[in-house]
Amino acid sequence: MIPLSHYLILGAILFAVSVVGIFLNRKNVVILLMSIELLLLGVNMNFLAFSHYLQDIAGQVFVFFILTVAAAEAAIGLAILIVLFRSRQTINVDELDSLKG
Amino acid sequence: MTFLQISFYVFSVVLVFAATMVVTIRNPVKSALFLVLAFFSAACVWITLQAEFLAIVLVLVYVGAVMVLFLFVVMMLDIDLAKLRAGFTRYLPIGSLIAVLLVIELSLIIHGAFGLNDYHNPASHGADYSNTRVLGGQIYTHYVYAFEIAALILLVAIIAAIALTMRRRPHTKYNNPGTQVQVKRQNRLRIVKMKSERWPAVDDDANAHHNNTRPGPGGKS
Repeated sequence: MIPLSHYLILGAILFAVSVVGIFLNRKNVVILLMSIELLLLGVNMNFLAFSHYLQDIAGQVFVFFILTVAAAEAAIGLAILIVLFRSRQTINVDELDSLKG
Repeated sequence: MTFLQISFYVFSVVLVFAATMVVTIRNPVKSALFLVLAFFSAACVWITLQAEFLAIVLVLVYVGAVMVLFLFVVMMLDIDLAKLRAGFTRYLPIGSLIAVLLVIELSLIIHGAFGLNDYHNPASHGADYSNTRVLGGQIYTHYVYAFEIAALILLVAIIAAIALTMRRRPHTKYNNPGTQVQVKRQNRLRIVKMKSERWPAVDDDANAHHNNTRPGPGGKS
């Protein structure tokens, strides 16, 4: 059968790919939000793998709450993005420096 | 190789491929569509972990709601792609280096420490086992306060998203019901006292005769 470590490595690869995405697309806020979603997916994979192999349902409960918070975060992030685009006509992170002292 | 193993590896490869495309592809719309593929493959991988409820929730909530939201936003914003892509190749080497380091480190830990190979595959549940029932039993008893806080977080997210994006344009014309119901009769209606006038202005005698012979409203003449 599938060993536990394969699930964990899959989660680690997802996590690493998302971190690279944050590095590469550091100017595009939309892709940054998508990378964060992928990152949370990789973490959820670990939770579920341990939940299955330890026969403990608590891991799935935690994944449930992570999904809830991630959905709320995506909704608010996109709302902020729309307000930002309305006022600045751009979503380039480099140009969003009006709070700089 | 069993069917379970084959499906796990196939969906894992698709998942990693889709995730790589999400972060490297040029067009944000295609990026969002690849994210849909990634979530769908992840849901299939979760099925192999016997987390059926969460897999379905991932497809329904993420693919059905959150990704549609992403697509709406991406298509609504008029983005200058060339400017946003600047620096992509500059950060590619260091990004890949960090990714490779991360995967190597995590793999070393996963294989070396913790004795993970001692965990064997648990026996599969019977056909009468319901993942949703077990999960619900935990959420509504042990985690009920956390569940209510999660509901509150979603409510706050709804209110915040609506309050942030609601647009108040200064020149919009609208009715104010408060002032509308406070209107008095004097504001709208003016009664003027004046003499009665004749119309059309025709010959006086004929008009007077006509008026006299016309029957009244009551039918008496």
